[in-house]
Amino acid sequence: MSVSASPPLPAAAAPPPGRTRRGLRNGSLFLPAAVLLAAFFLAPLAVMVVRAFTDPQTGLQNFSWFFGDAVQVDVLIRTFRTALIVTVVCALLAYPYAYLMTVVGPLGLAVLTLLVLVPFWTSLMVRTFAWVILLQDTGVVNDVLGFFGLGPVQLIRTTTGVVIGMSQILLPFMVMPLYAVMRGIDRRLLQASSGLGAKPLTTFVKVWLPLSLPGLAAGALMVFISSLGFYVTPALLGSPDTALVSQQIFTQVNGLLEWGRGGAMGVIVLVMTLVLLAVSAGALRLLGGQRPEGRA
Amino acid sequence: MPADLQSGGASITLRGLTKHYGDAVAVAGIDLEARPGEFLTFLGPSGSGKTTTLNMIAGFIDVTAGELLIDGQAVHSLPPHKRDIGMVFQQYALFPHMTVAENVAYPLKQRKVEKGERGRLVTAALAAVGLDGYDARRPSELSGGQQQRVALARAIVYSPQVLLMDEPLGALDRKLRDTLQLEIKRIHAELGTTFVYVTHDQEEALALSDRIAVFNAGRIEQVGTAEELYDAPETVFCAQFLGESTLLQGTARPDGGATLVEGPGVRVHAGRGHHSAGAAAVVVRPERITLVPATDDAPAGNAVRGRVTEDVYLGNGRKLQIELPDGSAGTVRETAAARSACRSGDEVWLTFSADDAVVLPDDGASAPTAPVAAGAAA
Repeated sequence: MSVSASPPLPAAAAPPPGRTRRGLRNGSLFLPAAVLLAAFFLAPLAVMVVRAFTDPQTGLQNFSWFFGDAVQVDVLIRTFRTALIVTVVCALLAYPYAYLMTVVGPLGLAVLTLLVLVPFWTSLMVRTFAWVILLQDTGVVNDVLGFFGLGPVQLIRTTTGVVIGMSQILLPFMVMPLYAVMRGIDRRLLQASSGLGAKPLTTFVKVWLPLSLPGLAAGALMVFISSLGFYVTPALLGSPDTALVSQQIFTQVNGLLEWGRGGAMGVIVLVMTLVLLAVSAGALRLLGGQRPEGRA
Repeated sequence: MPADLQSGGASITLRGLTKHYGDAVAVAGIDLEARPGEFLTFLGPSGSGKTTTLNMIAGFIDVTAGELLIDGQAVHSLPPHKRDIGMVFQQYALFPHMTVAENVAYPLKQRKVEKGERGRLVTAALAAVGLDGYDARRPSELSGGQQQRVALARAIVYSPQVLLMDEPLGALDRKLRDTLQLEIKRIHAELGTTFVYVTHDQEEALALSDRIAVFNAGRIEQVGTAEELYDAPETVFCAQFLGESTLLQGTARPDGGATLVEGPGVRVHAGRGHHSAGAAAVVVRPERITLVPATDDAPAGNAVRGRVTEDVYLGNGRKLQIELPDGSAGTVRETAAARSACRSGDEVWLTFSADDAVVLPDDGASAPTAPVAAGAAA
């Protein structure tokens, strides 16, 4: 809860001086972040939007170009599809992993946490190049598959390869919120459910899953949004045939100096993301019956 | 109380029930029988094994050794959801993402009770705990007392033959506890279910139970009605844990029809108890002792010298702390009608009838609630 703005109070009910000063101080504490956000996020965002509509001349030509070019629309759809697949893969991998973290002892927890965090602390470039080496046609993965007579399989330069790399890189963003929420679930609720006659599977579906949903939603949100903007990993693990929006923007802006088109593509991704978020938030509220965030 | 919430009430039999955690013994072989429809309370200090035993009955904790039977059927290898036991937890354990009605309907859904019947039973159970009209609320919108009522409704709605309660009133304030105690007693009487109730609060145990099992260090010290435990304790631990008592230590030997116990400053006859040789402790309840101002000659009968260290006026009587010859503390209660003139600092004789003195083997055990006056230790 924030104490940022308080309505003006009549003189009779003037707050004690300490409170006013604290309110002020809270306001001033927010200032550096506000300046930073305004200078490095809001202003560039505004420039991007303005350029989308004005570069090279005022009008909607950048948008009509985008939607008129089947390749661009394909890339957009592929970007959202890839983000969705990565989110699902991360959820499927992270859910049991986070659950395991809540049931193991302190040592097990330390090991499992470290296993998530060490890659997280490693440079994105390093991890992506590691995947290039692993996934290339004569790479480790194909060697192992070949040993069992299963290969070679084309992994690098395919969407599969991109999904593998992105999922591994984004996994911590799914594991951490899931673990935080699961750790807070009262174990006695599971005992209560079982004591009231529910089979283990019912207990999972009716009690554990709904109570862990806020963590799943938070993790999915972070992974999905991050996936939409991924550049390095799809660029290195994919091919022009598997390009995502960020690569197309890079081409337009850096290669062709089409700032307006780049801006338009940014605006389109932003609007679509916001719409998707609004829809999924509404769906989650319906699913949860009530506010999913109100869990302590 | 609607008839369709009533249940037969099953017997629960524990035979040599044991729980080890590695080398630590939590429950050391308990034999106990809860009769059908009985209100049985597990009373003991924390760490005495009472909650572990309850959780073994519920199936939340595996049994290391021994047998557990409900109505003669061995259940110790069944998972909790197949035991058909109702359970009420200290922290309510209501499902936060469900409404009150959904919480109460939950066990009925697991039993595939048809929808119309379900609604009827939920309404009846909520009415039984005095929460009519709260169906659509969320647990977070209720007070602690109301949440515990919902938990109770959820535990009785499917008429389990056995209802387990783990310190259900422990998180509530005094006044609410008293109200809910009465309600739990009423619900027990109306349902006919076998209740097993865990508490460390002796007053709660005395107020609710048909019988009380006193737990200490993973064993049961004594099982009996409140009267039996108070008037005829079988161990020093029971005498000290349940109610107040004055303890006189010495060596016992038979003397006529009674037992003579002699120790430093102590020479008393005990008419009750089954211990007549070796280290012994004589237990006398505070209201059985009459104080007489100290004289040079001891009064006839049982008399022990002491000094009043504390003198508390209680309106309906007085409570006095007495320093005994061996330095330990004794407790005396006087009714308003039978007040003596003894005050703090006075030298007194504690006199009591041999029939009010129970002799017990002195195992050196001392209960955590044993009253020790600060001055007595000096």
